[in-house]
Amino acid sequence: MASTVDRENELELTQRLTDLWETPHTWLARLSTVDHKALGKRYIYTAFVFFLAGGVEAAIMRAQLARPENHLVGPEVFNQLMTMHGVTMMFLFVQPVLSGFSFYLTPLMIGARELAFPRLNSFSYFVFLLAGCLMYASFLTGSAPDAGWFNYTPLSSSLFSSGLNIDYYAIGLIFLGIATTAGSINSVVTILKLRAPGMSIDRMPLFLWSSLTISVAVIFAMPPLTVGLGFLELERQWHFVFFDPSRGGSPLLWQHLFWVFGHPWVYIVFLPATGMLSMVIPTFCRRPMIGHTFVALATVVTGLVGFGVWVHHMFATGLPQLSISFFSAASMTVSIPSAITIFAWLATMWHGRVVLATPMLFAIAFIVQFVIGGISGVMTAAVPFDWQVTDTYFVVAHIHYVLAGGTLFGVMAAIYYWYPKMYGRMLSESIGKASFWLMFVGFNVGFFPMHLSGLLGMPRRVYTYSAPSGLGPLNMLSTIGVYVFAVGLIVTLWNVVQSARTGVEAGPNPWGAASLEWRTESPPEHFNFAHIPVVESRDPLWDGGVYDGPAYDLSRLTPRTSSLDAALEEPVVLPNGNLWPVAMSVALLVAAAAILYRSWLLAIVAGAASLLMLARWMWPATNLLLETET
Amino acid sequence: MTAIELRSDHLLPPAERPRNEVGWWGMVLFLFNEAALFASLIASYLYLGLRSRFWPPAGIPKPELRLPLIMTALLVSSSIVLVFAEKAFERGSRTAHRVGTLITVALGIGFLLIQAREYADKLQHGGPTEHAYQSLFFTITGLHGAHVAFGLLVLLWALARAWSGTSTPRRPLAVKNASLYWHFVDGVWLVILTTLYLSPRWY
Repeated sequence: MASTVDRENELELTQRLTDLWETPHTWLARLSTVDHKALGKRYIYTAFVFFLAGGVEAAIMRAQLARPENHLVGPEVFNQLMTMHGVTMMFLFVQPVLSGFSFYLTPLMIGARELAFPRLNSFSYFVFLLAGCLMYASFLTGSAPDAGWFNYTPLSSSLFSSGLNIDYYAIGLIFLGIATTAGSINSVVTILKLRAPGMSIDRMPLFLWSSLTISVAVIFAMPPLTVGLGFLELERQWHFVFFDPSRGGSPLLWQHLFWVFGHPWVYIVFLPATGMLSMVIPTFCRRPMIGHTFVALATVVTGLVGFGVWVHHMFATGLPQLSISFFSAASMTVSIPSAITIFAWLATMWHGRVVLATPMLFAIAFIVQFVIGGISGVMTAAVPFDWQVTDTYFVVAHIHYVLAGGTLFGVMAAIYYWYPKMYGRMLSESIGKASFWLMFVGFNVGFFPMHLSGLLGMPRRVYTYSAPSGLGPLNMLSTIGVYVFAVGLIVTLWNVVQSARTGVEAGPNPWGAASLEWRTESPPEHFNFAHIPVVESRDPLWDGGVYDGPAYDLSRLTPRTSSLDAALEEPVVLPNGNLWPVAMSVALLVAAAAILYRSWLLAIVAGAASLLMLARWMWPATNLLLETET
Repeated sequence: MTAIELRSDHLLPPAERPRNEVGWWGMVLFLFNEAALFASLIASYLYLGLRSRFWPPAGIPKPELRLPLIMTALLVSSSIVLVFAEKAFERGSRTAHRVGTLITVALGIGFLLIQAREYADKLQHGGPTEHAYQSLFFTITGLHGAHVAFGLLVLLWALARAWSGTSTPRRPLAVKNASLYWHFVDGVWLVILTTLYLSPRWY
């Protein structure tokens, strides 16, 4: 079709863009790369390493709980395993892995070449990595956090917990919060300002609605946690008073601060998975999403309502009746937007032609398990029921149905769906289906019995139980199920490693999907799009609503557009990688570790160094000093 | 949505229109985050205060107003001076911008010096480890003081950018963002003044 001259021009363009966007093949350049695709993958790999650690912790706990009065591990070790399992899964696996997908996919989905703040992305990756390592370093001294992932005072106060265990938790999470917040600001600005021309907000893919919602939520949800953790450290290290009722404090202050953060956080780690499903389901139903606008609005509403339900974690703390009733009603309200989303998925499947490929299997299992987890959620939103089951395995079952049966199955669907885009090869479908069935059966055999053991009165967070309680068989069943589940996960891990070499070539759009990321090569070129796409519809690859715009090939450019209508504004000049963000993350690690070990001078020096590095990082590179004006 | 001609004007980095720039959006979102941080602190203060029968507790006087009001005057006037400095910068009057920024910095340093004096007075009634009231008082005002100090560094950094010609009327974002941060820190002080210094006189 195209003439030879055109083809030569295109080749020349590709070469020029590659020179501009490729990370140089040196060790230092790779370390300090700002490529969102490389960093997104790094996020995912790192999160999965932490996931393996959290999984091993779970495996040891389930082995301990398989039989009554077992003594594989003692209570001290069990508390550390239980706490680090929660902290790891909540903070070091689920959120980072979803961020990794978001940082990888967002620019591709919106037709941009990079995130809005590429160096900030590099910084937040390294802060995440180092914060995770700092928290895991606690195992080396045998003093891992041991007061549960929500770390209630006074159990976590120095009176009852004098070692460094809780300090690792508090300082590690404050440090990690920097990464989470920076990443969220990056996502919001990218989604609002770097969408391809014509991708008005109503044409934006649903995954980005989830990303946008949770990123805004993070910006408002992290500070209460940071304040709570800061109070805790001030109390533990400098003997300030915040949680001690004999001197004007209150242990409930911690619970309020934690859950004002904690409940939005539950949606922060859940909504991106619903966004992933809203990408997977239309593709495998071969039709546009039904109720796109309603699902987008439901996502935003869930994020908002998520800030008004935190007290349902505190029904048993003796708060006034009126307050409890309000929060009970608010909590039940959440089921309305969730139901809208679920019915939109079901309607899409009903009216579509369902293709049962592996991503779709995981998506269907997600829906089933999330409905079960949602129902147990509505049950516990009713105060009298909650009083009966609070702090029992019923709640353990609920959280795992939502976050493992929901979010993790969403992540599995995402892996099978986007792996061809990331690596250029398909994952094996037969191994994928084997993995799916192992995980699906294992998950339900493992976690469903926890509802029953909880209703029978088994308390959560205890290292063992008595034989006459009769809880042995249910726990044995849970252990067997969880191990089958783990085998299913390992099968996928093997699939991922194996298919990188032996998988079938994917081509740009192996699933025949509708969104812009499938318009690029698999894996995408360094510059994502040779020509910036111009978008005219909601499912551009299905109805031809996209064409090639200008190339923006004279420097590292991507177009900026208005936040609602995506009308073209000026291009943004994007920086290349440099070492200051990496160096600053290391300086902050030193400062965090120094505070942990009460070495104030070092903390001040490292803090000052990180400020200097920030000043240097924010100083423009010489190639921006082209102006001659006075 | 037709093809865009970029080749001619790209030799210069594009001019910055602060309210459209990604950097401006980033700063605004960061300030929302900071606002949520102070909101959490103020909420903690009110939460513990409203639960207590005596707040401040018996034996601790209500905060004096003389020094805090002087501090308020310093900060508010610093913000006003900075607005004029920004306008001067946009007009291209470099000297007026420099002088204005340096006056702002001087007023900010004055704020911190008086805060140190106020702390010295306060510590006579006991330090932050005595009671939750003092812990919150010193934590909130101390964190705000740290923000003022950081704001001063940011202003000086932006001044250096303007001085070196890496922020200009055509590319004003660095100077604009620094001012935005300073105005925010001043606004937070007004909330702190109302909650920590004035509100104990109302009940």
